[in-house]
Amino acid sequence: MEFLSYLINGISLGSVYAIIALGYTMVYGIAKMLNFAHGDVIMVGSYIVFIAVNQMGMPPLLAIIISMALCTLLGIVIERFAYKPLRSASSLAVLITAIGVSYLLQNLALLIWGADPKSFTSVVGLAPVQLAGGRLVISGETIVTIVVSAIIMAGLIFFVNNTKMGRAMLAVSEDKGAAQLMGINVNSTIAMTFAIGSALAAVAGVLLCSAYPTLQPTTGAMPGIKAFTAAVFGGIGSIPGAFVGGILLGVIEIMSKAYISTQLADAIVFAVLIIVLLVRPTGLLGKKISEKV
Amino acid sequence: MKKAMSLVLAAAMAFSFAACGGASGTSGAASTASGTAIKIGGIGPLTGGAAIYGNAVKNGAALAVEEINAQGGLQFELNFQDDENDPEKALNAYNNLKDWGMQALLGTVTTQPCLTVAPETAADNMFLLTPSASAVDVIKEDNAFQVCFTDPNQGVASADYIAENGLATKIAIIYDSSDAYSSGIHDKFKEEAATKGLEIVADEAFTADNKTDFSVQVQKAKSSGAELVFLPIYYSEANLIIQEMNKQGCTASIFGCDGLDGLLTIEGADTSLFEGVMLLTPFAADAQDEKTQSFVSKYEEKYGETPNQFAADAYDGVYTILAACEKGGVTADMDASAVCDALKTAMTQITVDGLTGEGMKWEATGEVNKAPRAVKIQNGAYTAM
Amino acid sequence: MNMLKTMKKSTRSNLITYGIVVLFYLVMQLLASGGVLSNSMQGMLVPICTYVVLAVSLNLTVGILGELSLGHAGFMSVGAFSGAVYWMIAGQNLPSVLGLAIAMLIGGVMAGVFGFLIGIPVLRLRGDYLAIVTLAFGEIIKNILNAIYLGWDSNGFHFSMKDATALNMGEDGKVIINGAIGISGMTKASSFTAGIILVLITLFVVLNLINSRAGRAIMSIRDNRIAAEATGINVTKYKLMAFITSAFLAGMAGVLYALNMSALAAKKFDYNTSILVLVFVVLGGIGNIRGSVIAAAVLYVLPELLRGLNDYRMLIYAVILIVMMIFNQSAQVVAWRHQVWEKLSTIGLFQKLAQAKKQNKGEA
Repeated sequence: MEFLSYLINGISLGSVYAIIALGYTMVYGIAKMLNFAHGDVIMVGSYIVFIAVNQMGMPPLLAIIISMALCTLLGIVIERFAYKPLRSASSLAVLITAIGVSYLLQNLALLIWGADPKSFTSVVGLAPVQLAGGRLVISGETIVTIVVSAIIMAGLIFFVNNTKMGRAMLAVSEDKGAAQLMGINVNSTIAMTFAIGSALAAVAGVLLCSAYPTLQPTTGAMPGIKAFTAAVFGGIGSIPGAFVGGILLGVIEIMSKAYISTQLADAIVFAVLIIVLLVRPTGLLGKKISEKV
Repeated sequence: MKKAMSLVLAAAMAFSFAACGGASGTSGAASTASGTAIKIGGIGPLTGGAAIYGNAVKNGAALAVEEINAQGGLQFELNFQDDENDPEKALNAYNNLKDWGMQALLGTVTTQPCLTVAPETAADNMFLLTPSASAVDVIKEDNAFQVCFTDPNQGVASADYIAENGLATKIAIIYDSSDAYSSGIHDKFKEEAATKGLEIVADEAFTADNKTDFSVQVQKAKSSGAELVFLPIYYSEANLIIQEMNKQGCTASIFGCDGLDGLLTIEGADTSLFEGVMLLTPFAADAQDEKTQSFVSKYEEKYGETPNQFAADAYDGVYTILAACEKGGVTADMDASAVCDALKTAMTQITVDGLTGEGMKWEATGEVNKAPRAVKIQNGAYTAM
Repeated sequence: MNMLKTMKKSTRSNLITYGIVVLFYLVMQLLASGGVLSNSMQGMLVPICTYVVLAVSLNLTVGILGELSLGHAGFMSVGAFSGAVYWMIAGQNLPSVLGLAIAMLIGGVMAGVFGFLIGIPVLRLRGDYLAIVTLAFGEIIKNILNAIYLGWDSNGFHFSMKDATALNMGEDGKVIINGAIGISGMTKASSFTAGIILVLITLFVVLNLINSRAGRAIMSIRDNRIAAEATGINVTKYKLMAFITSAFLAGMAGVLYALNMSALAAKKFDYNTSILVLVFVVLGGIGNIRGSVIAAAVLYVLPELLRGLNDYRMLIYAVILIVMMIFNQSAQVVAWRHQVWEKLSTIGLFQKLAQAKKQNKGEA
């Protein structure tokens, strides 16, 4: 029974990682860049919801929509001013710029909202599900997070494979130059990717803070790194991979805390990651890359 | 060559930026001081993950300095520098303050940087009074004093209090093993608990990088049948743990140290969950005495938030320096080493009635003598136990 | 002067790099002896040397070998802790120069061993996957070091992962690594001179490696691995060579860093530190060793110079980082800069400068 309970907790944590990882993998898959600022966009999104709900008394759904809109805008602005000028530079240059953006967002949040932790009120109204006479409890947040990330995953897969914009994204991710020759507007496609990724970040932020209700300027940093790990675990660039990777990472983390050591849980998670990558060098569901001379 | 060239250009740009900033910063500071004020430096994390503590200390100290300067008499000037909770940056901040002409140091706020800065101050014979770095090693040198309790003190006091008042016999601990404060209290608490016949049924750690999910720790505490959960941690993590306990239906009572103070001030928190939480704290923001009330209202007015224990420690720290300066006859024209010598002897002779304790006295070792108060949260407010 | 002109281009470029370091040392010593060097600057000299060594060694992995590593702080911490442990039990009883040298050697070798152990499996991976594995390695090391308790008494080492009391030491025992609190109460040994010597050693090792047969093999792997393999270059061997050298130097830098302070905690060596060093490398120019030296020194000092900005310090630092990146790397901005340069060069005053620059460009 304890094991099942740990498993549920693991899936619950994993679903939060999964939803963050979806944003990471989406941007990586198309723009081929590690967007280290993704975790901080999540933080900004959470603050917007917190202020809308707690200080302005808006209904949660409206707050989430506002947060998604503002984060989309933020994503587009970041892309336009920080990443777009570096489109033809090395991917490392963009990585460093992303880190600069991450510092910028954290310190802006610190100046605007202060360092005091805020306690986020869960936006999920669903009551926990009791199983086995109350010995197993699945919280409403867990159910909502899993359902939402599954919907987002399905939606993204559909969008990428079946819409014109989505196929343009696939084309850009395969070969920027060729895509341009085929009449695809590479810049607007990449901007679109960031817009979607940032809107997803807003949703992820709300669910992260609903499940683990504390909000600080650094809230996004560590979950961001973990989710990035999850995305690599599942095969970065692969949308179902991000989902699977996220859930697995959460379960491994909780299980190693429960049965090995709470102190060394991170070390164990990362060690598992290394082992998986050694066996499958492109992650669980990643594409094999064939090399040409 | 091209790269190097553009780097130099960019660097030049950055330097000019810095020069403007530096100029405006110092002119701002100069307007408050007329060269007759004693220069007090402060070091603490103003950015990064530990920014809550550094900013609270900065604000509390600034408030005290403002009051003291308004009273006339000895004048103070405060310069508070960021260390990002990084020992290396703390050392840089310390050197920076020395260039500024610091005569006494209020800091550092967190333990790890303080372990690095304290030996430097000893070598320079610079007076050090830390508001909140609570490890014993921090005050190893004779120039270093503390406003807060030491960690072992709190661990022992907590175990004694629980045993003597019969609060529980089966105890679970959840602590931050990557934090010096938390693991310091934890170790002593365990030792003392064993001698007092308390049984530790679960001893669970977490780390600074892994403090999002507490489901495992709470579940282990719950299934171990603990009657009381001891939380020698800070309030933002405690908030998460208490919410998780509520979620899992764990009904054990909660006991903490001064780090838990601040729970009631978390914006947006459901304070009904904190009912019955017990803590040993030197400071309570809603205490009824006049001194605390005036401090809290001034602080709220100025910074828009309720002060926590760090702000109170810093406030007391500045008044302690004032008392010691008056006792030791320190004036603004003395150099740092002379100030240190005077303050070192004066510290053991003064008694300070502060927010965090009545009649605080210091040992020559640097440790403070004050009694922790045990309080319980009832109806959303602290009540004495 | 004639000799300078007839020299090989790479040799001359290297001499300039050494020259910059030596000049920096002399100027700083002169300022210090004149008493005009601020405490703040004096305090930063050893960290500057540390970060220069780290940046140059990371540039070997990132720029010369062409593999992204996000775990450089991990190697630094291995070096720092092993060097510091040696220093605590034996080194501080020796004359400080000898003790420091041995500690550095131990730190470097330990970090090199870790570089080897991690290098073998990890270098199979490519690009961003390698990056994440090195990041994971750094986090694992930090996590484990945070949980280690190490004591020393007449019976030797005592080790525990639980707490300090579990070490069961004799009367004369002392706790060396105290979990998350790390090592405290060290006597300091690092000095600016030692730091500069380490920088020069690092430059010597890296620059010579680059200009050697092995270095050319390493760069050929970077430029085209398959073609390199086809010409009979042992890819694994040369990759490991670069990786281990880089780790070894990072370990030595770690010791320099550790013995510059009286306390050492594992928390410092997280991915933020790795990324900070990477920032130095990228801004200095990937593969450009002299650029790394300058970038590390300038960018380390920058946040300290910004202290006057108070609350806005880190914000402005972030903005400068982004602006510098775009200024240095964006295709449009670079083109614009060239235009401006051309225009300026038509003005008589700048003509000489422009000529000099053209000459340099021809050589670079």
